[in-house]
Amino acid sequence: MFVINCPYCGERDQSEFSCGGEAHILRPKQPTELSDDEWAEYLFMRKNIKGVQFERWNHAHGCRKWFNMVRDTSNDKIHAVYKMGEKPPVI
Amino acid sequence: MKNKYSIFSLIKNAFSQHENWKQAWGNPEPKKEYEAVIVGGGGHGLATAYYLAKKHNMKNIAVLEKGWIGGGNTGRNTTIIRSNYLWDASAGLYDHALKIWENLSQELNYNIMFSQRGVMNLAHNLQDVRDLKRRTHANRLNGIDAVWLDTKQVKEFCPIINISQDIRYPVLGGTLQRRAGTARHDAVAWGYARGADAMGVDIIQNCEVKGIKRNGDQVEGLDTTKGFIKTKKIGVVAAGHSSVIANMAGLKLPLESKPLQALVSEPVKPIIDTVVMSNAVHAYVSQSDKGELVIGAGTDAYISYTQRGSHDVVEGTLKAILELYPIFSRMKMLRQWGGIVDICPDASPIISKTNIKGLYFNCGWGTGGFKATPGSGDLFAHTIANDEPHKLNAAFNLNRFVSGDLVDEHGAAAVAH
Repeated sequence: MFVINCPYCGERDQSEFSCGGEAHILRPKQPTELSDDEWAEYLFMRKNIKGVQFERWNHAHGCRKWFNMVRDTSNDKIHAVYKMGEKPPVI
Repeated sequence: MKNKYSIFSLIKNAFSQHENWKQAWGNPEPKKEYEAVIVGGGGHGLATAYYLAKKHNMKNIAVLEKGWIGGGNTGRNTTIIRSNYLWDASAGLYDHALKIWENLSQELNYNIMFSQRGVMNLAHNLQDVRDLKRRTHANRLNGIDAVWLDTKQVKEFCPIINISQDIRYPVLGGTLQRRAGTARHDAVAWGYARGADAMGVDIIQNCEVKGIKRNGDQVEGLDTTKGFIKTKKIGVVAAGHSSVIANMAGLKLPLESKPLQALVSEPVKPIIDTVVMSNAVHAYVSQSDKGELVIGAGTDAYISYTQRGSHDVVEGTLKAILELYPIFSRMKMLRQWGGIVDICPDASPIISKTNIKGLYFNCGWGTGGFKATPGSGDLFAHTIANDEPHKLNAAFNLNRFVSGDLVDEHGAAAVAH
Protein backbone atom coordinates (compact mmCIF):
# COMPACT_ATOMS: atom_id res chain seq x y z
CA MET A 1 0.00 0.00 0.00
CA PHE A 2 1.29 3.44 -0.89
CA VAL A 3 0.25 6.96 -1.74
CA ILE A 4 -0.16 7.93 -5.40
CA ASN A 5 0.10 11.48 -6.65
CA CYS A 6 -2.74 11.60 -9.17
CA PRO A 7 -1.85 14.15 -11.87
CA TYR A 8 -5.41 15.52 -11.62
CA CYS A 9 -6.34 15.20 -7.92
CA GLY A 10 -3.05 15.13 -5.99
CA GLU A 11 -1.99 12.65 -3.33
CA ARG A 12 -4.45 9.87 -2.50
CA ASP A 13 -4.32 6.36 -1.01
CA GLN A 14 -3.48 3.60 -3.47
CA SER A 15 -6.75 1.86 -2.53
CA GLU A 16 -8.60 4.58 -4.50
CA PHE A 17 -6.84 3.49 -7.68
CA SER A 18 -6.90 0.44 -9.89
CA CYS A 19 -3.87 -0.79 -11.78
CA GLY A 20 -4.13 -1.42 -15.51
CA GLY A 21 -0.86 -3.31 -15.80
CA GLU A 22 2.08 -2.77 -18.12
CA ALA A 23 2.00 0.53 -20.03
CA HIS A 24 2.92 1.35 -23.61
CA ILE A 25 1.61 -1.85 -25.17
CA LEU A 26 0.29 -0.55 -28.46
CA ARG A 27 -2.97 -1.85 -29.84
CA PRO A 28 -2.24 -3.48 -33.21
CA LYS A 29 -2.98 -1.13 -36.09
CA GLN A 30 -4.12 -3.96 -38.38
CA PRO A 31 -5.71 -6.59 -36.08
CA THR A 32 -6.85 -8.71 -39.03
CA GLU A 33 -3.24 -9.08 -40.21
CA LEU A 34 -1.99 -10.55 -36.92
CA SER A 35 -0.81 -14.15 -36.55
CA ASP A 36 -1.84 -16.21 -33.51
CA ASP A 37 1.65 -15.69 -32.05
CA GLU A 38 1.37 -11.94 -32.40
CA TRP A 39 -2.08 -11.94 -30.79
CA ALA A 40 -0.75 -13.99 -27.86
CA GLU A 41 2.13 -11.54 -27.47
CA TYR A 42 -0.24 -8.56 -27.46
CA LEU A 43 -2.94 -10.06 -25.24
CA PHE A 44 -1.09 -12.20 -22.73
CA MET A 45 2.70 -11.93 -22.64
CA ARG A 46 4.00 -9.48 -20.06
CA LYS A 47 7.43 -8.36 -18.88
CA ASN A 48 6.28 -8.63 -15.23
CA ILE A 49 9.42 -6.78 -14.20
CA LYS A 50 11.01 -6.98 -10.77
CA GLY A 51 12.39 -3.46 -10.63
CA VAL A 52 11.47 -0.26 -12.44
CA GLN A 53 8.25 -0.76 -14.37
CA PHE A 54 6.10 1.53 -16.52
CA GLU A 55 2.41 0.93 -15.84
CA ARG A 56 -1.10 2.32 -16.28
CA TRP A 57 -3.30 3.36 -13.38
CA ASN A 58 -6.86 4.61 -13.12
CA HIS A 59 -8.16 6.85 -10.33
CA ALA A 60 -11.24 4.61 -10.05
CA HIS A 61 -12.65 6.14 -6.86
CA GLY A 62 -11.69 9.70 -7.79
CA CYS A 63 -11.53 11.49 -11.11
CA ARG A 64 -11.71 8.18 -13.01
CA LYS A 65 -8.94 9.34 -15.34
CA TRP A 66 -6.17 7.09 -16.63
CA PHE A 67 -2.51 8.02 -16.31
CA ASN A 68 0.92 6.39 -16.38
CA MET A 69 3.29 5.73 -13.54
CA VAL A 70 6.88 4.55 -13.11
CA ARG A 71 7.21 2.35 -10.04
CA ASP A 72 9.86 0.02 -8.66
CA THR A 73 8.00 -3.23 -8.08
CA SER A 74 10.71 -4.53 -5.76
CA ASN A 75 9.99 -1.84 -3.14
CA ASP A 76 6.84 -0.06 -4.40
CA LYS A 77 8.72 3.25 -4.66
CA ILE A 78 7.12 5.58 -7.24
CA HIS A 79 9.62 7.37 -9.50
CA ALA A 80 7.30 9.37 -11.74
CA VAL A 81 3.67 9.99 -12.64
CA TYR A 82 2.74 11.33 -16.09
CA LYS A 83 -0.40 11.83 -18.13
CA MET A 84 -1.58 9.64 -20.97
CA GLY A 85 -0.03 10.70 -24.24
CA GLU A 86 2.98 12.32 -22.56
CA LYS A 87 6.43 10.97 -23.34
CA PRO A 88 7.65 8.49 -20.71
CA PRO A 89 10.44 9.93 -18.54
CA VAL A 90 13.92 8.43 -18.71
CA ILE A 91 14.59 6.62 -15.41
CA MET B 1 16.63 -44.56 3.18
CA LYS B 2 19.17 -43.51 5.74
CA ASN B 3 17.96 -42.84 9.23
CA LYS B 4 14.46 -44.26 8.79
CA TYR B 5 11.98 -42.68 11.17
CA SER B 6 9.91 -45.07 13.29
CA ILE B 7 8.77 -45.63 16.84
CA PHE B 8 12.00 -47.58 17.42
CA SER B 9 14.28 -44.81 16.17
CA LEU B 10 12.33 -42.41 18.37
CA ILE B 11 12.85 -44.56 21.46
CA LYS B 12 16.50 -45.17 20.61
CA ASN B 13 17.18 -41.46 20.22
CA ALA B 14 15.31 -40.65 23.42
CA PHE B 15 18.13 -42.40 25.32
CA SER B 16 20.61 -39.86 23.95
CA GLN B 17 18.35 -36.87 24.61
CA HIS B 18 17.61 -36.61 20.87
CA GLU B 19 21.07 -35.18 20.24
CA ASN B 20 22.22 -37.80 17.76
CA TRP B 21 19.64 -37.49 14.99
CA LYS B 22 21.39 -37.31 11.64
CA GLN B 23 20.82 -34.33 9.35
CA ALA B 24 17.77 -34.98 7.19
CA TRP B 25 19.51 -33.65 4.05
CA GLY B 26 23.00 -32.55 3.15
CA ASN B 27 24.49 -29.19 2.33
CA PRO B 28 26.69 -29.89 -0.73
CA GLU B 29 28.63 -27.50 -2.94
CA PRO B 30 27.43 -27.58 -6.56
CA LYS B 31 29.15 -29.95 -8.98
CA LYS B 32 30.35 -28.67 -12.36
CA GLU B 33 27.66 -30.46 -14.31
CA TYR B 34 24.26 -32.05 -13.75
CA GLU B 35 21.86 -34.07 -15.87
CA ALA B 36 19.10 -31.67 -14.82
CA VAL B 37 18.86 -28.62 -12.57
CA ILE B 38 15.68 -27.53 -10.81
CA VAL B 39 15.51 -23.81 -10.06
CA GLY B 40 13.52 -23.22 -6.88
CA GLY B 41 13.61 -25.23 -3.67
CA GLY B 42 10.00 -24.94 -2.63
CA GLY B 43 7.59 -27.85 -2.36
CA HIS B 44 7.02 -28.07 -6.12
CA GLY B 45 10.74 -27.94 -6.98
CA LEU B 46 11.75 -30.48 -4.35
CA ALA B 47 8.88 -32.78 -5.37
CA THR B 48 10.03 -32.50 -9.00
CA ALA B 49 13.56 -33.54 -8.03
CA TYR B 50 12.19 -36.35 -5.86
CA TYR B 51 10.09 -37.84 -8.68
CA LEU B 52 12.86 -37.34 -11.27
CA ALA B 53 15.11 -39.47 -9.08
CA LYS B 54 12.47 -41.96 -8.02
CA LYS B 55 10.42 -42.57 -11.15
CA HIS B 56 12.76 -41.52 -13.96
CA ASN B 57 16.05 -42.72 -12.53
CA MET B 58 17.79 -39.34 -12.91
CA LYS B 59 20.15 -39.21 -9.94
CA ASN B 60 22.64 -36.57 -11.02
CA ILE B 61 20.39 -33.60 -10.42
CA ALA B 62 20.44 -30.48 -8.29
CA VAL B 63 17.87 -28.17 -6.76
CA LEU B 64 19.02 -24.55 -6.53
CA GLU B 65 17.36 -22.35 -3.92
CA LYS B 66 18.24 -18.68 -3.50
CA GLY B 67 17.16 -18.63 0.15
CA TRP B 68 16.37 -21.64 2.28
CA ILE B 69 14.16 -24.52 1.18
CA GLY B 70 10.46 -24.00 1.78
CA GLY B 71 11.05 -20.35 2.71
CA GLY B 72 8.99 -18.91 -0.12
CA ASN B 73 5.35 -19.60 -0.84
CA THR B 74 5.61 -23.14 0.54
CA GLY B 75 6.05 -21.66 4.00
CA ARG B 76 3.61 -18.79 3.44
CA ASN B 77 0.37 -20.38 2.25
CA THR B 78 -2.71 -21.38 4.20
CA THR B 79 -2.09 -25.13 3.62
CA ILE B 80 -5.47 -25.89 2.06
CA ILE B 81 -5.74 -29.00 -0.10
CA ARG B 82 -8.77 -29.75 -2.29
CA SER B 83 -9.54 -30.86 -5.83
CA ASN B 84 -13.07 -29.61 -6.46
CA TYR B 85 -12.26 -27.69 -9.65
CA LEU B 86 -14.81 -27.15 -12.40
CA TRP B 87 -13.09 -28.11 -15.65
CA ASP B 88 -12.05 -31.65 -16.54
CA ALA B 89 -8.39 -30.73 -17.05
CA SER B 90 -8.17 -29.02 -13.65
CA ALA B 91 -10.10 -31.77 -11.91
CA GLY B 92 -7.68 -34.34 -13.34
CA LEU B 93 -4.65 -32.34 -12.27
CA TYR B 94 -5.73 -31.50 -8.72
CA ASP B 95 -7.27 -34.87 -7.96
CA HIS B 96 -4.07 -36.57 -9.13
CA ALA B 97 -2.31 -34.51 -6.45
CA LEU B 98 -4.94 -35.28 -3.81
CA LYS B 99 -4.53 -39.01 -4.41
CA ILE B 100 -0.77 -38.71 -3.84
CA TRP B 101 -1.37 -36.62 -0.67
CA GLU B 102 -3.45 -39.44 0.79
CA ASN B 103 -0.42 -41.72 1.04
CA LEU B 104 2.42 -39.20 1.13
CA SER B 105 3.43 -39.48 4.79
CA GLN B 106 3.97 -43.23 4.33
CA GLU B 107 5.75 -42.81 1.01
CA LEU B 108 8.16 -40.20 2.37
CA ASN B 109 8.50 -41.78 5.83
CA TYR B 110 7.87 -38.26 7.04
CA ASN B 111 4.78 -37.02 8.85
CA ILE B 112 3.33 -34.25 6.73
CA MET B 113 0.31 -34.09 9.04
CA PHE B 114 -2.18 -34.50 6.20
CA SER B 115 -5.63 -34.04 7.67
CA GLN B 116 -8.74 -34.71 5.60
CA ARG B 117 -10.95 -32.42 7.66
CA GLY B 118 -13.04 -31.35 4.69
CA VAL B 119 -13.24 -28.06 2.84
CA MET B 120 -16.53 -26.18 2.68
CA ASN B 121 -17.16 -23.45 0.09
CA LEU B 122 -19.95 -21.05 1.00
CA ALA B 123 -22.47 -19.45 -1.35
CA HIS B 124 -23.51 -15.89 -0.53
CA ASN B 125 -25.71 -14.93 -3.46
CA LEU B 126 -27.90 -16.56 -6.07
CA GLN B 127 -25.10 -16.73 -8.65
CA ASP B 128 -22.83 -18.44 -6.09
CA VAL B 129 -25.58 -21.02 -5.48
CA ARG B 130 -25.89 -21.74 -9.20
CA ASP B 131 -22.12 -21.86 -9.78
CA LEU B 132 -21.41 -24.06 -6.78
CA LYS B 133 -24.23 -26.49 -7.59
CA ARG B 134 -22.96 -26.72 -11.15
CA ARG B 135 -19.46 -27.35 -9.85
CA THR B 136 -20.72 -30.07 -7.51
CA HIS B 137 -22.27 -31.87 -10.48
CA ALA B 138 -19.12 -31.41 -12.59
CA ASN B 139 -16.99 -32.76 -9.72
CA ARG B 140 -19.12 -35.85 -9.33
CA LEU B 141 -18.99 -36.57 -13.05
CA ASN B 142 -15.21 -36.48 -12.67
CA GLY B 143 -15.27 -38.87 -9.73
CA ILE B 144 -14.48 -36.19 -7.17
CA ASP B 145 -16.48 -36.28 -3.96
CA ALA B 146 -18.64 -33.19 -3.57
CA VAL B 147 -21.97 -32.50 -1.92
CA TRP B 148 -24.27 -29.50 -1.78
CA LEU B 149 -25.30 -28.39 1.71
CA ASP B 150 -28.22 -26.09 2.42
CA THR B 151 -27.90 -23.35 5.05
CA LYS B 152 -29.03 -25.61 7.90
CA GLN B 153 -26.57 -28.33 6.92
CA VAL B 154 -23.77 -25.75 6.74
CA LYS B 155 -24.58 -24.75 10.31
CA GLU B 156 -24.61 -28.39 11.40
CA PHE B 157 -21.24 -29.05 9.82
CA CYS B 158 -19.65 -25.88 11.23
CA PRO B 159 -21.71 -24.58 14.17
CA ILE B 160 -19.83 -21.30 14.67
CA ILE B 161 -20.94 -19.88 11.32
CA ASN B 162 -23.47 -17.07 11.53
CA ILE B 163 -26.37 -18.05 9.26
CA SER B 164 -28.51 -15.01 9.98
CA GLN B 165 -30.13 -13.94 6.73
CA ASP B 166 -29.85 -10.29 7.78
CA ILE B 167 -26.11 -9.91 7.24
CA ARG B 168 -24.66 -8.26 4.13
CA TYR B 169 -23.62 -11.57 2.55
CA PRO B 170 -25.87 -14.23 4.08
CA VAL B 171 -25.00 -17.92 3.85
CA LEU B 172 -27.29 -19.49 1.24
CA GLY B 173 -25.63 -22.89 1.31
CA GLY B 174 -22.31 -24.38 0.38
CA THR B 175 -20.38 -27.29 -1.05
CA LEU B 176 -18.35 -29.80 0.90
CA GLN B 177 -15.45 -31.95 -0.24
CA ARG B 178 -14.78 -34.36 2.60
CA ARG B 179 -11.51 -35.73 1.18
CA ALA B 180 -10.08 -32.20 1.16
CA GLY B 181 -8.21 -30.73 4.11
CA THR B 182 -4.82 -29.41 5.16
CA ALA B 183 -1.21 -30.52 5.60
CA ARG B 184 1.78 -29.11 7.44
CA HIS B 185 3.36 -26.98 4.71
CA ASP B 186 6.98 -26.94 5.97
CA ALA B 187 6.92 -30.69 6.47
CA VAL B 188 6.03 -31.17 2.80
CA ALA B 189 9.19 -29.34 1.71
CA TRP B 190 11.31 -31.08 4.33
CA GLY B 191 9.89 -34.52 3.56
CA TYR B 192 10.57 -34.17 -0.17
CA ALA B 193 14.03 -32.69 0.51
CA ARG B 194 14.94 -35.63 2.72
CA GLY B 195 13.56 -38.13 0.20
CA ALA B 196 15.36 -36.51 -2.74
CA ASP B 197 18.63 -36.18 -0.80
CA ALA B 198 18.51 -39.88 0.10
CA MET B 199 18.44 -40.70 -3.62
CA GLY B 200 21.49 -38.52 -4.34
CA VAL B 201 19.90 -35.20 -5.32
CA ASP B 202 22.05 -32.18 -4.40
CA ILE B 203 19.99 -29.56 -2.56
CA ILE B 204 21.94 -26.33 -2.81
CA GLN B 205 20.65 -23.48 -0.68
CA ASN B 206 21.73 -19.82 -0.77
CA CYS B 207 22.42 -20.21 -4.47
CA GLU B 208 20.69 -17.66 -6.68
CA VAL B 209 20.44 -18.04 -10.45
CA LYS B 210 21.82 -14.96 -12.20
CA GLY B 211 21.66 -15.99 -15.84
CA ILE B 212 20.80 -18.77 -18.26
CA LYS B 213 23.35 -19.65 -20.94
CA ARG B 214 22.03 -20.71 -24.32
CA ASN B 215 23.64 -22.03 -27.44
CA GLY B 216 21.13 -21.17 -30.11
CA ASP B 217 17.88 -22.59 -28.86
CA GLN B 218 19.42 -25.17 -26.51
CA VAL B 219 20.23 -24.35 -22.87
CA GLU B 220 23.81 -24.97 -21.78
CA GLY B 221 23.83 -24.05 -18.13
CA LEU B 222 23.24 -21.49 -15.43
CA ASP B 223 25.22 -18.63 -13.95
CA THR B 224 24.69 -18.68 -10.21
CA THR B 225 26.06 -16.97 -7.12
CA LYS B 226 28.06 -20.19 -6.62
CA GLY B 227 29.53 -20.19 -10.11
CA PHE B 228 28.59 -21.64 -13.50
CA ILE B 229 26.71 -24.95 -13.56
CA LYS B 230 26.55 -26.91 -16.79
CA THR B 231 23.33 -28.73 -17.67
CA LYS B 232 21.17 -29.61 -20.67
CA LYS B 233 17.88 -29.54 -18.77
CA ILE B 234 16.58 -26.74 -16.57
CA GLY B 235 13.25 -26.98 -14.79
CA VAL B 236 12.15 -23.63 -13.40
CA VAL B 237 9.77 -23.71 -10.44
CA ALA B 238 10.30 -20.20 -9.13
CA ALA B 239 6.69 -19.15 -8.36
CA GLY B 240 6.47 -15.34 -8.13
CA HIS B 241 9.93 -14.97 -9.67
CA SER B 242 9.24 -17.13 -12.76
CA SER B 243 9.18 -14.10 -15.06
CA VAL B 244 12.54 -12.95 -13.68
CA ILE B 245 14.13 -16.28 -14.63
CA ALA B 246 12.28 -16.34 -17.97
CA ASN B 247 13.67 -12.91 -18.82
CA MET B 248 17.21 -14.30 -18.31
CA ALA B 249 16.52 -16.76 -21.12
CA GLY B 250 14.96 -14.08 -23.30
CA LEU B 251 11.47 -15.46 -22.79
CA LYS B 252 8.25 -13.66 -21.86
CA LEU B 253 5.53 -15.45 -19.90
CA PRO B 254 1.83 -14.61 -19.53
CA LEU B 255 2.25 -13.90 -15.82
CA GLU B 256 1.73 -11.11 -13.34
CA SER B 257 3.27 -11.35 -9.87
CA LYS B 258 1.28 -10.00 -6.96
CA PRO B 259 1.46 -10.14 -3.17
CA LEU B 260 -0.99 -12.52 -1.50
CA GLN B 261 -1.48 -12.24 2.23
CA ALA B 262 -2.29 -14.54 5.07
CA LEU B 263 -2.42 -14.09 8.80
CA VAL B 264 -2.71 -16.14 11.96
CA SER B 265 -4.31 -15.37 15.29
CA GLU B 266 -3.15 -16.12 18.80
CA PRO B 267 -3.59 -19.84 19.56
CA VAL B 268 -6.90 -20.91 21.12
CA LYS B 269 -8.56 -24.21 21.94
CA PRO B 270 -10.14 -26.18 19.05
CA ILE B 271 -13.07 -24.20 17.68
CA ILE B 272 -13.21 -24.97 13.96
CA ASP B 273 -12.47 -28.51 12.77
CA THR B 274 -12.75 -27.92 9.02
CA VAL B 275 -11.72 -25.40 6.38
CA VAL B 276 -14.30 -22.83 5.32
CA MET B 277 -13.83 -20.71 2.21
CA SER B 278 -16.00 -17.87 0.99
CA ASN B 279 -15.48 -16.88 -2.59
CA ALA B 280 -17.78 -13.86 -2.72
CA VAL B 281 -16.30 -12.11 0.33
CA HIS B 282 -12.83 -13.57 -0.12
CA ALA B 283 -12.33 -14.93 3.35
CA TYR B 284 -11.18 -18.34 4.35
CA VAL B 285 -10.33 -19.79 7.69
CA SER B 286 -9.10 -22.96 9.32
CA GLN B 287 -7.33 -23.79 12.56
CA SER B 288 -3.78 -25.08 12.81
CA ASP B 289 -2.77 -27.89 15.15
CA LYS B 290 -1.15 -25.23 17.34
CA GLY B 291 -4.57 -23.62 17.70
CA GLU B 292 -4.02 -20.52 15.59
CA LEU B 293 -6.75 -19.44 13.22
CA VAL B 294 -5.20 -19.47 9.75
CA ILE B 295 -6.81 -16.79 7.60
CA GLY B 296 -6.24 -16.22 3.92
CA ALA B 297 -6.79 -12.81 2.38
CA GLY B 298 -6.77 -11.65 -1.23
CA THR B 299 -4.08 -10.40 -3.59
CA ASP B 300 -3.11 -6.80 -4.12
CA ALA B 301 -4.40 -5.67 -7.49
CA TYR B 302 -1.00 -4.55 -8.82
CA ILE B 303 2.34 -6.15 -9.65
CA SER B 304 4.71 -6.14 -6.71
CA TYR B 305 7.55 -8.31 -5.43
CA THR B 306 7.57 -6.80 -1.93
CA GLN B 307 6.28 -9.86 0.00
CA ARG B 308 4.18 -7.53 2.15
CA GLY B 309 0.71 -6.78 0.86
CA SER B 310 -1.64 -3.91 1.62
CA HIS B 311 -3.47 -3.22 4.84
CA ASP B 312 -6.82 -2.54 3.19
CA VAL B 313 -6.85 -6.08 1.74
CA VAL B 314 -6.46 -7.62 5.20
CA GLU B 315 -9.05 -5.23 6.60
CA GLY B 316 -11.60 -6.34 3.98
CA THR B 317 -10.99 -10.00 4.75
CA LEU B 318 -11.28 -9.53 8.50
CA LYS B 319 -14.55 -7.61 8.12
CA ALA B 320 -15.99 -10.58 6.24
CA ILE B 321 -14.61 -13.05 8.80
CA LEU B 322 -16.19 -11.12 11.66
CA GLU B 323 -19.57 -11.03 9.99
CA LEU B 324 -19.50 -14.77 9.35
CA TYR B 325 -17.94 -15.68 12.72
CA PRO B 326 -18.96 -13.10 15.34
CA ILE B 327 -17.35 -15.41 17.94
CA PHE B 328 -13.91 -14.28 16.69
CA SER B 329 -14.52 -10.60 17.41
CA ARG B 330 -12.06 -10.46 20.32
CA MET B 331 -9.32 -12.60 18.77
CA LYS B 332 -5.95 -10.95 18.40
CA MET B 333 -3.98 -11.46 15.22
CA LEU B 334 -0.46 -12.62 15.86
CA ARG B 335 1.34 -12.48 12.54
CA GLN B 336 0.69 -11.28 8.99
CA TRP B 337 2.81 -11.89 5.90
CA GLY B 338 2.76 -11.86 2.12
CA GLY B 339 4.02 -14.16 -0.59
CA ILE B 340 4.43 -13.35 -4.27
CA VAL B 341 2.10 -15.34 -6.49
CA ASP B 342 2.41 -15.56 -10.26
CA ILE B 343 -1.01 -15.40 -11.87
CA CYS B 344 -1.92 -16.55 -15.38
CA PRO B 345 -4.66 -14.79 -17.36
CA ASP B 346 -6.82 -17.94 -17.08
CA ALA B 347 -5.86 -18.61 -13.44
CA SER B 348 -4.53 -22.06 -14.34
CA PRO B 349 -0.92 -23.18 -14.04
CA ILE B 350 1.68 -23.77 -16.73
CA ILE B 351 3.58 -27.09 -16.62
CA SER B 352 5.25 -27.01 -19.96
CA LYS B 353 8.12 -27.19 -22.37
CA THR B 354 9.17 -23.92 -23.99
CA ASN B 355 10.46 -23.11 -27.45
CA ILE B 356 13.97 -23.21 -25.95
CA LYS B 357 15.24 -26.80 -25.87
CA GLY B 358 15.91 -28.09 -22.37
CA LEU B 359 14.06 -25.24 -20.65
CA TYR B 360 10.89 -26.18 -18.80
CA PHE B 361 8.55 -24.06 -16.72
CA ASN B 362 6.24 -24.99 -13.88
CA CYS B 363 4.58 -21.73 -12.88
CA GLY B 364 1.39 -19.69 -12.84
CA TRP B 365 -0.08 -21.48 -9.82
CA GLY B 366 -1.36 -18.16 -8.60
CA THR B 367 -3.07 -18.26 -5.25
CA GLY B 368 -3.57 -22.03 -5.11
CA GLY B 369 -0.38 -23.96 -5.73
CA PHE B 370 0.18 -25.67 -2.40
CA LYS B 371 -2.63 -28.20 -2.86
CA ALA B 372 -1.04 -29.41 -6.09
CA THR B 373 2.51 -29.86 -4.77
CA PRO B 374 2.89 -33.67 -5.15
CA GLY B 375 0.97 -33.85 -8.44
CA SER B 376 2.79 -30.86 -9.85
CA GLY B 377 6.18 -32.39 -9.01
CA ASP B 378 5.20 -35.75 -10.44
CA LEU B 379 3.91 -34.33 -13.74
CA PHE B 380 6.73 -31.82 -14.13
CA ALA B 381 9.28 -34.59 -13.57
CA HIS B 382 7.54 -36.61 -16.29
CA THR B 383 7.63 -33.61 -18.64
CA ILE B 384 11.34 -32.97 -18.03
CA ALA B 385 12.40 -36.63 -18.23
CA ASN B 386 10.47 -37.44 -21.41
CA ASP B 387 10.56 -34.01 -23.03
CA GLU B 388 6.81 -34.54 -23.44
CA PRO B 389 3.93 -33.70 -21.09
CA HIS B 390 1.97 -36.38 -19.24
CA LYS B 391 -1.65 -36.56 -20.40
CA LEU B 392 -2.73 -34.92 -17.11
CA ASN B 393 -0.70 -31.78 -17.76
CA ALA B 394 -0.96 -31.66 -21.56
CA ALA B 395 -3.71 -29.01 -21.32
CA PHE B 396 -1.48 -26.84 -19.14
CA ASN B 397 1.04 -26.05 -21.87
CA LEU B 398 2.41 -22.62 -22.65
CA ASN B 399 1.05 -22.80 -26.18
CA ARG B 400 -2.56 -22.51 -24.97
CA PHE B 401 -2.12 -18.74 -24.93
CA VAL B 402 -1.44 -18.88 -28.67
CA SER B 403 -4.05 -21.49 -29.60
CA GLY B 404 -6.71 -19.96 -27.35
CA ASP B 405 -7.45 -23.30 -25.71
CA LEU B 406 -7.42 -21.81 -22.20
CA VAL B 407 -8.32 -23.65 -19.00
CA ASP B 408 -10.49 -20.85 -17.73
CA GLU B 409 -10.77 -21.42 -14.00
CA HIS B 410 -11.02 -17.67 -13.36
CA GLY B 411 -14.16 -17.28 -11.35
CA ALA B 412 -14.96 -20.96 -11.85
CA ALA B 413 -12.49 -22.06 -9.18
CA ALA B 414 -13.66 -22.35 -5.64
CA VAL B 415 -12.05 -19.11 -4.58
CA ALA B 416 -11.51 -15.84 -6.42
CA HIS B 417 -8.02 -15.53 -7.86
